[in-house]
Order: sequence, then C-alpha cells, then structure tokens
Amino acid sequence: MVPIALSLPSDSVAQSGAQTVTKTAAQVSVPVTITINGKPRALTLDPRSTLLDVLREQLDLTGSKKGCDQGQCGACTVLINGRRVVSCLTLAVMQDGASITTVEGLATDGKLHPLQQAFIDHDAFQCGYCTPGQICSAAGLIAEGKARTPDQIRELMSGNICRCGAYPNIVAAIQQAMGQS
Amino acid sequence: MIGFEYSRASNVADAVTQMAASPGAKFVAGGTNLVDLMKVYVEKPTKLIDVTRLPLDKVEETAGGGLRIGALVRNSDLSYHPIVERRYPMLSSAILAGASQQLRNMASTGGNLVQRTRCAYFYDIATPCNKREPGTGCSAREGLNRMNAILGTSDACIAVHPSDMCVALAVLEAKIHVTGPRGDREIALADFHRLPGGTPQLETNLNADELITAVELPARGFASNYTYLKIRDRLSYAFALVSVAAGIELDGGTIREARFALGGVAHKPWRNAEAEAALRGKAANEAAFAQAADIVLREAKGFGGNTFKIELARRTIVRALSQAARATPQSQSTKKIA
Repeated sequence: MVPIALSLPSDSVAQSGAQTVTKTAAQVSVPVTITINGKPRALTLDPRSTLLDVLREQLDLTGSKKGCDQGQCGACTVLINGRRVVSCLTLAVMQDGASITTVEGLATDGKLHPLQQAFIDHDAFQCGYCTPGQICSAAGLIAEGKARTPDQIRELMSGNICRCGAYPNIVAAIQQAMGQS
Repeated sequence: MIGFEYSRASNVADAVTQMAASPGAKFVAGGTNLVDLMKVYVEKPTKLIDVTRLPLDKVEETAGGGLRIGALVRNSDLSYHPIVERRYPMLSSAILAGASQQLRNMASTGGNLVQRTRCAYFYDIATPCNKREPGTGCSAREGLNRMNAILGTSDACIAVHPSDMCVALAVLEAKIHVTGPRGDREIALADFHRLPGGTPQLETNLNADELITAVELPARGFASNYTYLKIRDRLSYAFALVSVAAGIELDGGTIREARFALGGVAHKPWRNAEAEAALRGKAANEAAFAQAADIVLREAKGFGGNTFKIELARRTIVRALSQAARATPQSQSTKKIA
C-alpha cells in the first residue's frame, strides 16, 4: 500500500511498465487448480498474474474491479477460503488449491445475497464501481464477527473507498444484513 | 513487473536451500508489500520462493511464560488471538491500527517486520533515492517530506519504517528467530531494524539468505497500563504521522517501570533509554511525561514539511503515557482520544 496523501505519479511508470515485458530464461508458466465460485478451474499461469487479472481477463469475471491496483481502494476485494483480501496484490499462482468467492458467486439459486439486497434497499451506491468490493468485504466482515456497532463497521470497512461518499447507506445496509445473518 | 521464477518451499530447510542457490530470489508470504513494489519496478526478484505452506503458523506459550508467534501467523489472526488480546493488548491494538482488514488478512508476522518504507520517492523510480539506488541522492530532504523522519536521520536518507506492529514489539522487547545456511539465531527487536546512516538500502540486520521463523514475546505484557496511540491524516487506513506504544507498571501513583516507543518518526521503532529511566520512581503525571518527551525530542530535526512532527510527537508521547497511566487505552474503533 502506497500512502495516498503522497500519491505517486505512477501513470508513467505503469504505462512504460506495461509495454516493457522482461522475461527471464527461468520463467515458466505454472499449472494450478483454483476453485472459483464453487467450480474447480485448471489454469496455467504466468507467475506475474494477479488474481484480479486472472479473474477479469482469463475468466471473464469482471465483477471484481481494478480501482487503484495498489491495495489502497478495496474495489478488487474477494474472499479466499472465506476471508476477504485484495485480489490486486494476490499472485494467482500462490492460490493453488484455494477456494475463491467473487461477487458473482454470492447469489444462490437466482436469489440475491442478503448483502446485495440490503445495498439495493438502502441505496448504498451511486456509480457502483466500488460496490462489488464493498459487498465482498462486508461478507468477510460479517463472517469475522468482530463488528457490532456502526463505529466498528466503519473501522473494519475502512479498506473500501467510495468516491461517491455513500458511506452512511453502506453502513446501514451492512447493519441490515448483519441482522439477517 | 519483470518476469520471475516461482517455486514453493516444502519445508523450512528447503526454503533456505532454495534461497542459497538463488541469489536475487526473495521469499514471499502475504505479498502485500513485495507485490506492490514489484509492480512499480522497485523490487525486481529473479525468483519468488513461496513460504506460505511452511508450518510456521502457530501461536504457542513458551516455558518462560512468554509467547512464540510463528512467522506466518496472519496479522488479523494475531490481533484477535485470545492470548494476545488478554496478555499483550498493546500488540493487538497496534496491529488493528495498521492497514485494512483485507491487508491484515494477507500480511504475515514476518513480512510485517521486513516491509519497506513508504517514502514516496522510494516508490517513484523517476526520482533519485539512496535507498532504491545508492549514491543517487535523497529527494525527500528538500522535497515532499511530510511523512518522513525527525529522529535518527542521515544525509543519505530520511525515510521512516511504516509498521505499527513493530512499535509495540519494541516496547515488548520481542526477539526475532531466524534461520539460514549458517544455522539459527535470535535478533533482539531493537537490533533488528537499522538506522539509515550511509547505507539506507540496508533496512534490517537480517541477511538476504535468512528466513524469519518466529517472533518471541517475553512474559512482561503491560496488560494493565498500556496504549497504542496513532495520529494520522485520516481516522483509519493511513500511515502514522506519529504513533506511540506505551506500557507502564505502577506502585500506587508511582512509576515502577515505563517503556514507550515511537512510530512514524524514524527508520526504526524509536525508543530512548534515558527518557524511560527518567520516568522510573516519578509520580505518574503530565510533568513527568513532558520531561520524558523532551529528552526523546532533544535531537529531533525537521525538514520543513515534517517539522510539525516534533511538537506533535511531544504531545502524542504525553497523551499516550497519560492514557497508559490512567488505564484508558486508545480504542481503535471509536477513535475518540481519551
């Protein structure tokens, strides 16, 4: 995580970096099997691939969003073995054998997850870009069982940034879902 | 990021053997800092040795009444561990003050110790930085240095160590257990991180071929009178401008033992033996705390953008020691400063 207050002029770095692909002789693709939303997926991965890029680019699971790609914004939050993490700082090759849930895997039998319904009920988003990460993060928060009060929800959701500022409604939605789980 | 070879270590000996055979390799556990730095071409390992499958994820009480924390114990698991919450609440509080729950779910105990500075110039490969490229100069001294150090700086570097966990470990006088090709050894937390001097590229006294296996806490936990007070630009999920971990033992209103360490102000968690000695035997009051703060900050030096930190540190020390003495530790969720 880079400090946001001194956010870097990273565009130039990122752009030149994307075009300068340096491979070493030793670099080889790695076979892994990762269970994603209940389905085992056999993948052959460049070790550099982040879980976020594999989800979005190889598996067409574009619910997880690339916001900052630096672990600062939380838009890429997914659950690995039930625990919330940022997929942008997770190397996919390290997840061999893991079980991953993305926002696409939360609804069951065509019925929205209680958090998804609560976000609609409370109008807990405006542009919606951060919402998949907010919902996955909140699912992790509820499973952890450490947040009881609005203060505790706010603190333990601080890894998810909402530029539209829908925070009061997000907290209300999470409180509703907590009451149901 | 540049291409690299990836391999999984099957046991601790295998991890050490693989590292010895691969100069330029790095161990990876949580990856929250290493992967981030690889993306911006600051870290360029030729090989990543994945140590996450090693059996270093236990928290066990030691025969001496202390606690041995496996290097792979996740920051979140450590912060909520019942023994840590009960006997070392300062450590639990410090961990919960850092990063976000997603990152704490990923980050390991060992990785937290060896995370790199977040000095913006260290991250920006377009600028000179003695830590990233020795000999190129320090951009922070006359640049944006709001987040930089006021103590223990050198001409070469004014970066700070960003950890919250390590500030509490400094007060608790943790020992770091490491292993490598030349066997096992222990490093006191105070000797683990280095000051920048003329070699800011060297941040710890861990050798490149050594692996952290555990962090050991002595029995003394300061569970009754402690705090972790972190002052930052927003209430959560930001690095410290100044933080203070404090632990006190009292005989009535008199200080028997007091320890405190500062985060966000130096290249390592900052303790001052003279300041702590000045507190022993004194009445636990603001005058004594202010005197201790003055001793710590006597040699503090600002660089313009961060000069405010000297007065901020003085006030934070006084407030933290007061919180510890009154047994009103800083809450990491309400944020109201007691």
